[in-house]
Amino acid sequence: MATKKKTAAKGAPGTVRTAGDPALDREMLHSMLLQRRFEEKTGEAYALGKIGGFCHLYIGQEAVSTGIIGQLRADDYVIGTYRDHGQALARGITPRAVMAELFGRIDGCSRGKGGSMHLFDRNVNFLGGHGIVGSHVPLAAGVGFAIKYRGGDQVCVCFMGDSVVNIGAFHEALNMAALWKLPVLFVIENNRYGMGTAVERAAAVDDLSKRADGYTGMDGIVVDGMDVHAVRDAAGKAIERARTESRPSLLEVRTYRFRGHSMSDAVSGTYRSKDELDEYQAYDPVFSLRDAMVLASTMTVAEWEAMERDVAAIVQDAWDFADASPEPPPGALFEDVLVDTTS
Amino acid sequence: MPIITYREALNQALREEMSRDDRVYLMGEEVGVYNGAYKVSKGLLEEFGENRVVDSPIAELGFAGIGVGSAMAGLRPVIEFMTWNFALLAIDQVVNSAAKMLYMSGGQYNVPIVFRGPNGAALQLGAQHSQAFESWLAHIPGIKVCSPGTPYDAKGLLKSAIRDDNPVVFLEGEMLYNTKGEVPEGEYLIPLGKADLKREGSDCTIVTSGKMVLVAMQVADQLAKEGIHLDVLDLLTIRPMDVEAIYASVRKTQRAVVLEEGWEICGIGAQVVDFIQRECFDHLDAPVLRVHQADVPMPYAKGLEKIAKPDAAKTIAAVKQVMYRA
Ligand SMILES: Cc1ncc(C[n+]2csc(CCOP(=O)(O)OP(=O)(O)O)c2C)c(N)n1
Ligand SMILES: [Mg+2]
Repeated sequence: MATKKKTAAKGAPGTVRTAGDPALDREMLHSMLLQRRFEEKTGEAYALGKIGGFCHLYIGQEAVSTGIIGQLRADDYVIGTYRDHGQALARGITPRAVMAELFGRIDGCSRGKGGSMHLFDRNVNFLGGHGIVGSHVPLAAGVGFAIKYRGGDQVCVCFMGDSVVNIGAFHEALNMAALWKLPVLFVIENNRYGMGTAVERAAAVDDLSKRADGYTGMDGIVVDGMDVHAVRDAAGKAIERARTESRPSLLEVRTYRFRGHSMSDAVSGTYRSKDELDEYQAYDPVFSLRDAMVLASTMTVAEWEAMERDVAAIVQDAWDFADASPEPPPGALFEDVLVDTTS
Repeated sequence: MPIITYREALNQALREEMSRDDRVYLMGEEVGVYNGAYKVSKGLLEEFGENRVVDSPIAELGFAGIGVGSAMAGLRPVIEFMTWNFALLAIDQVVNSAAKMLYMSGGQYNVPIVFRGPNGAALQLGAQHSQAFESWLAHIPGIKVCSPGTPYDAKGLLKSAIRDDNPVVFLEGEMLYNTKGEVPEGEYLIPLGKADLKREGSDCTIVTSGKMVLVAMQVADQLAKEGIHLDVLDLLTIRPMDVEAIYASVRKTQRAVVLEEGWEICGIGAQVVDFIQRECFDHLDAPVLRVHQADVPMPYAKGLEKIAKPDAAKTIAAVKQVMYRA
């Protein structure tokens, strides 16, 4: 395991996962497995040309979305990057609507106009996947500003990649979030690379959560992103602090992506080795929870197989639905540029 | 009718809209305690408090993004840029966030926000502080762009911009803040997307907006003495552009000059000329000419700056040329 690497997931090597509350574990396992199988299917669809453009898979990082989003209320907000399929599913955008969006169809969650990188759903306060690195971090602070302005007790969770900590927008947003005590949880999904650039080749800080130290009142937290329980616990505390004390936090989740940066990037080769990949895959967040549950006898192998079948059916249904959904009509081209003003 | 400054007109618009709708708030550098770098927000902090008149750090990218995020979550921010030169640091949020959100969300998230502040050259501020960005911003689908030249228009348009459910870029003129004009007491709105025929004549049309409206009016006065009568068409909103008003005027006068503050290449005038040649070709008696800033960064030296800027003399020469009176 990558113990010599400064940014290796703390506790990941050799950690024995423990099972938790059986019902919650089953729910989290289902959530993560759905993302996993959905993404695998996404890869197939991409290879068949059903999905175009840039497409960034989330495989390997499922404990982050499931662990954090599971702590939110329905009226809280989620915003993130172009690597957004996992969070969208974890937040409850239907697999049908996500797949249809990837296929560029009218029944997609963004009516086929967003694509893989721009999933939105007002019904679940999912404020989008955003394609400009760092750009959405101020938006998250703005959502926090709006919550506070209205005197509400919601929280906004902002997912971002590790490379975001090096861009100006991140610092401007964190400064104002701390200054004005905005109820935002900033989550760095440190998967060790921004495209092909390892974190230590881009960030002049050995521990990304230390970026919080620059902002008074902001907690910087590190957590093992391969352990959904650890993620969930850390997120729960930070979300509570945001909700009750209106305090922003910076949560660095140490994770790993098992696929290339996007569909055009090889899984390993130039910037990371096959060995490294294998090491991390031994700590697969989905299967390690499954194994812990089986070990603790909170789930039988038969139950696991049933879950696999259930998830496979959901994913196939999403595919069939997306495939049958019409393309947006040409008339949609000029819709949604501006709204008619009502006020 | 009361005569007030452009600055006071904007201040009234902000005050009235903030009183009318408590989702409206003002954010920017020095808007509160300092009363605004150009005093547009004078007295607003006192009246509305620091939750609604928010002094931001010098972080254009950050606070523009906070504006957009808060608009997605239901507020109606007015984001003040100390000048549009500094808004370049925030252009990502205007172009990539505000202008795109409705479209890429398939119609789910509109962004009711106003980005406002002074645009264009003042006097001897040098290259980095003397730029007119109309054409940069008007290029982008998904936003509206206003450029009022008088106190009356500034107030009515800003009120409409704040009530608009879309992102609106509002370009004020640093040199206009002290200019005065009649502004009625009561509430009024000027619709976005409608041009205003500020002067009626029959010989030639000047299409213009913003600060250049004052130059065009001066030109119209002067040429009237020589028997040349101009239509002065103030676009007021550059996007969406009131093309019908342009066509109507040019079909009548059969001649046109486009006067703008910014640079020539890919400027507003280039677009106006394109509209005219497509729709009014058979009506034209002369090629349409353009008056604009010289194609250089703004020099500091007084004499150089003067010759770099579009002005009345250049506009008069252009009108005479299209009238074949040169
Ligand atoms: C401002 C900006 N610069 C460059 C890019 C191109 N780009 C897209 S993703 C990416 C790497 C981002 O890495 P990271 O933040 O670690 O997120 P990850 O992809 O690992 O989830 C780059 C350089 C971009 N989208 N935006
Ligand atoms: Mg990364």
